Amino acid sequence: MGYFLQQLINGLALGMIYGLIAIGYTMVYGIVGMINFAHGEIFMIGAFISIITFLVLGLVGVGWVPLALLIVLVATMLLTSVYGWALERVAYRPLRGSPRLAALITAIGMSIFLQNYVQLLQGARNKPLQPVITGGARFLEGGDFTVTLSYLQMLIILVTIGLMVGFTMLINRTALGRAQRACQQDLGMAALVGIDVDRTISLTFVMGASLASVAGLMFLLNYGVIDFYIGFLAGVKAFTAAVLGGIGSVPGAMLGGLLIGLIEAFWSAYFTVEYKDVAAFAILVLVLIFRPTGLLGKPEVEKV
Amino acid sequence: MSVLRVENLHAGYGHIEALHGVDVEVAEGEIVALIGANGAGKSTLLMSICGNPRARQGRIEFLGEDITRLPTHAIVRRGLAQSPEGRRIFPFMTVLENLQMGAVTTQVQHFDEDLERVFTLYPILRERRQQRAGTLSGGEQQMLAIGRALMSRPRLLLLDEPSLGLAPLLVRQIFSVIREINERDRVTVFLVEQNAYHALRLAHRGYVMANGKIVLSGEGRELLENEEIRKAYLEGGR
Ligand SMILES: Nc1ncnc2c1ncn2[C@@H]1O[C@H](COP(=O)(O)OP(=O)(O)OP(=O)(O)O)[C@@H](O)[C@H]1O
Ligand SMILES: [Mg+2]
Repeated sequence: MGYFLQQLINGLALGMIYGLIAIGYTMVYGIVGMINFAHGEIFMIGAFISIITFLVLGLVGVGWVPLALLIVLVATMLLTSVYGWALERVAYRPLRGSPRLAALITAIGMSIFLQNYVQLLQGARNKPLQPVITGGARFLEGGDFTVTLSYLQMLIILVTIGLMVGFTMLINRTALGRAQRACQQDLGMAALVGIDVDRTISLTFVMGASLASVAGLMFLLNYGVIDFYIGFLAGVKAFTAAVLGGIGSVPGAMLGGLLIGLIEAFWSAYFTVEYKDVAAFAILVLVLIFRPTGLLGKPEVEKV
Repeated sequence: MSVLRVENLHAGYGHIEALHGVDVEVAEGEIVALIGANGAGKSTLLMSICGNPRARQGRIEFLGEDITRLPTHAIVRRGLAQSPEGRRIFPFMTVLENLQMGAVTTQVQHFDEDLERVFTLYPILRERRQQRAGTLSGGEQQMLAIGRALMSRPRLLLLDEPSLGLAPLLVRQIFSVIREINERDRVTVFLVEQNAYHALRLAHRGYVMANGKIVLSGEGRELLENEEIRKAYLEGGR
């Protein structure tokens, strides 16, 4: 029981990180109809900007952890957004309207480019960070297995829930969110009612990048070490989460992320750690066979 | 004063040219109808006035300003609204959200008043305001598409086949609303219709398009009596 609960906690925390990245995939796909394969690299850049900001704060002597975390959070969200914005502006916008294959190849190219860019600037070695948040709450002490909910996991879960609630309200309640949904449903018609489609797409990349940067920060805090290659596997898993949840659906991305995190945690705990990535992808294949629109995806056409 | 002036417009898709030099003019306060066979290029004309597909040659003026090269959103922000072919309401949004989308170019303080006006024209939309637009009937979707266009307080309203696929009673209702917004709200209307009989009776003037060109124009009643038009578009077609 205790062991099961522990895996549940670990899986949730991990799944929240995937979910945050997956939102970026799903929103961009929903509006532009392309898979932004460089999104995993945006997450990786978010993690690098976080570690650099931590080091700078250490140098200037900001020692109070909550303040340091807040500064890092804001810095990485802002700076990573700039990368997301520039990526769309430079690489994808000129290709809008050209065949999907061209956009796909460009996305893969940008992914390779960004990896090399970070490798060149930061070196290929692992970047470690001393634990920033330590300790945790213990439950079921004295039972056969003591469950720990670390303060870091609490933070990850709370921040992610906060971001997702805020983000969902933004999509459902604000004029910007309405414009994004309109673009998703009919790009040409959205322009025809007066929406600046280019601007809306830019903002979508900015939002996706800032959520991914938070995931990058959490990944850094959770694992304590990053390198220029972390965007690949995390990106593929988050993409899997987006497809699992139903690509184009924001709640689907969150759900898919949580499921992938849980599958990974439970698989590692009860079966073999080596095959944990395979498990996630196997589930994806099953979903695609039996429910191709994903769990919360909408069918392509509706009576119009 | 002319609200819309299209001169020698050429436009198309890829290698296909759909419009081969179209000239059209719509004056303030008019209802102008455009009729023509399937594939003549009517929808292409309405869409390319809004910048998509873009004019390859020629010039489009709106309220005296050259809008030929402006992006779509900038064109409609100048006071032009379109209810396009196929209605193209946002299916996963509610009726109210669709109407809000129509109002993205206007001041917030007009919103309640404009909404009230649309609900007065189409009371059924008030009842359905929280319903997902994709679940509306065809006639209701058409009303929503026109209502959405009206929410932007347009100076010029472009309507692409508003009566398509509707029962006769609804067709009459749609046309009487068009007359009302023209007379009471002083909206200039340029409409494309298959239903030539109704359209030419409603309109002050009309154009006939064939194969991407304007082949005939004149007063609505005059066109109604024209022998060729009777043969091509009206016989048995009421
Ligand atoms: N998206 C498109 N891509 C390629 N060709 C198109 C496209 N839309 C229209 N066409 C072509 O352009 C020509 C004009 O079409 P358009 O839709 O403007 O005609 P229309 O007069 O509106 O016809 P209808 O009465 O059937 O609506 C046709 O030959 C059509 O096949
Ligand atoms: Mg048409």
